[in-house]
Amino acid sequence: MSTNNERDVILSIRHVDVSFDVGGKKKFKAVSDANFDIYRGETFALVGESGSGKTTLGRAAIRINPCSAGEILFNGERISGKISRQQDRNVIKNIQMIFQDPAASLNERATIEYCVSEGLYNFHLYENEEERIAKVDKALEDVGLLPEHKSRYPHEFSGGQRQRVGIARAMIMEPQFIIADEPISALDVSIRAQVLNLMNKLKKEKNLTYLFIAHDLSVVRFIADRIAVIHLGKIVEIAEAEDLFMHPVHPYTVSLLSAVPMPDPIIEKQRESIVYTKEEDDPNASPREMREIRPGHFVYANDEDMVAFEKRMQKLESFHAN
Amino acid sequence: MAERKVVLSAKDIEVKFRVRENYLTAIRNVSLDLYEGETFAIVGESGSGKSVFTKTFTGMLESNGRVTNGSILFHDKDLVQLKSDKDWEGIRGAKISTVFQDPMTSLNPIRTIGSQIVEVIEKHQKISKKEAKEQAINMMTRVGIPNAADRFDEYPFQYSGGMRQRIVIAIALSCHPEILICDEPTTALDVTIQAQIIKLIKELQQELGFTTIYITHDLGVVAKVADRVGVMYGGQIIEYGTVEEIFYDPKHPYTWALLSSLPQLGIKGEDLYYITGTPPSLFNKIIGDSFAPRNPNALKIDFAKEPPFFRVTDTHYAKTWLLDPRAPELDKPEVIHDLHEKIEHMTGKGGAFYVDE
Repeated sequence: MSTNNERDVILSIRHVDVSFDVGGKKKFKAVSDANFDIYRGETFALVGESGSGKTTLGRAAIRINPCSAGEILFNGERISGKISRQQDRNVIKNIQMIFQDPAASLNERATIEYCVSEGLYNFHLYENEEERIAKVDKALEDVGLLPEHKSRYPHEFSGGQRQRVGIARAMIMEPQFIIADEPISALDVSIRAQVLNLMNKLKKEKNLTYLFIAHDLSVVRFIADRIAVIHLGKIVEIAEAEDLFMHPVHPYTVSLLSAVPMPDPIIEKQRESIVYTKEEDDPNASPREMREIRPGHFVYANDEDMVAFEKRMQKLESFHAN
Repeated sequence: MAERKVVLSAKDIEVKFRVRENYLTAIRNVSLDLYEGETFAIVGESGSGKSVFTKTFTGMLESNGRVTNGSILFHDKDLVQLKSDKDWEGIRGAKISTVFQDPMTSLNPIRTIGSQIVEVIEKHQKISKKEAKEQAINMMTRVGIPNAADRFDEYPFQYSGGMRQRIVIAIALSCHPEILICDEPTTALDVTIQAQIIKLIKELQQELGFTTIYITHDLGVVAKVADRVGVMYGGQIIEYGTVEEIFYDPKHPYTWALLSSLPQLGIKGEDLYYITGTPPSLFNKIIGDSFAPRNPNALKIDFAKEPPFFRVTDTHYAKTWLLDPRAPELDKPEVIHDLHEKIEHMTGKGGAFYVDE
């Protein structure tokens, strides 16, 4: 990406494809040609509907799903494809994940102490028992739980507390990069706010970088610095969060924004959502790629699209100027 | 409002569940008048009792649960008195039907879509197989299934999530009910599909004239669908009013808290507002205002005596001592002042994300 060259890139996704075998020789391309950088210290949101490939791409970044094309660089080193065992461990330690459903992602028959220490055990990140316990206590404290919670089991906690355990488990590895896959979708409104606040606090304290995967644009606006919108395996638009909300140019982004109901009856009663139907791929159309329509604002387009998008962008700009 | 016809009237409903040796009081003296043709939304967090309350209208409480007090008047019949499934036959599914959250669990995976719709029609109407099939296909077309006749013999797995929910709606509406209870009907669906389903329910409501109860925890959805809103907390409706009253002039501290924690109102770089503590345990007897322990501005009386409903307008009532003339003046939190202006500012003028086709 041309701008922001001076910014420190932590994760670089370069023309990545992820495909799955679907019986015989058939392949299903879940992600195609994803190409973007994530800067150190930012929250980068990947937003799309179910089946859009957002989780697949997130999982590719921690080597769960192999890339079928392209490469992924972490701190400038390639981490996709074949890498050494040492590098593999390095990736696991430095890239951690927070999952959607805290009830499902914690071992219900293990104590919180074990759940949180598991990473430490696997990597022998402690000198002795005392140090391990101290680390667990610290991790629990960081997420707002108490040391005495250690001996409890996941079912003894509320949904919000369980998600805190999930976060503590990731934090104890002292990662640089966290992939949060729909971390608040399963939580109630008031608990969502707590978890989002916690994630923001930890980000500041520990200089973390987040890849925040979500389907809900309204949450993402609050937490993300930049947003990428993904549709059917293709990233269609990337921009700074406010910029994306104020100047959405790709028709899919527009339809996604219009579909999320806002908590305001006056607005909702007069608003119609816009349905996006992907037009048939015209075989004669020139190929599309990510293009920079404004500094830092990228959209998936070809020459013809760019004319329309540019027109739309100018309209939006003059609209917001008034 | 006063002249509008009441289709269903619940009075002082109390529901208890037997859990091992204990009794849990899930619903505590809730009353509700439902007006013909309206959409009444019930909002609340998980465990607030919103689903349990509406399940009493169709006699679908889990087997350890019982309505222990109150009455539900519907067509001069008290639904609380109905006991056996036979008593319920003419009502459940016929006059009051429900659309549940997850279409995959409410449809039978090993029977065809068509047979599942026909079954309901045959159960409640005395008509021939052929007529029932015709009606079913008609209903499928109504809810927006293309080539309904061809898809009649397909199975649920051959339908997408949104299509399945359309089928569940078709089944629920196949007997032309007077009341449709939508229990988080779009929570499991994608936002774009959610928008379609909401629109569909609205259109069908205008066409068929039923009354809708809409249960959700999503305040955006409430703003979109509701005429009136009831906010539930700790097994009680603590505030109700028109949708505008609840969003722009809320009176109960819990409603304030719920609106304040909306991520849409968050300011980047600052903490979101959140509610401290946990909801009350329903095993214990709740004394006073159930929200008081989590309310930073709770009054002394909130811990001692349960507040009654205070009238705000003819349509708007709230169960909080703050409305007592003796209570200190307390305004809603800053973050939800000028809600409409704030959100309008975020979405661009006129409310729509500005689009020019």
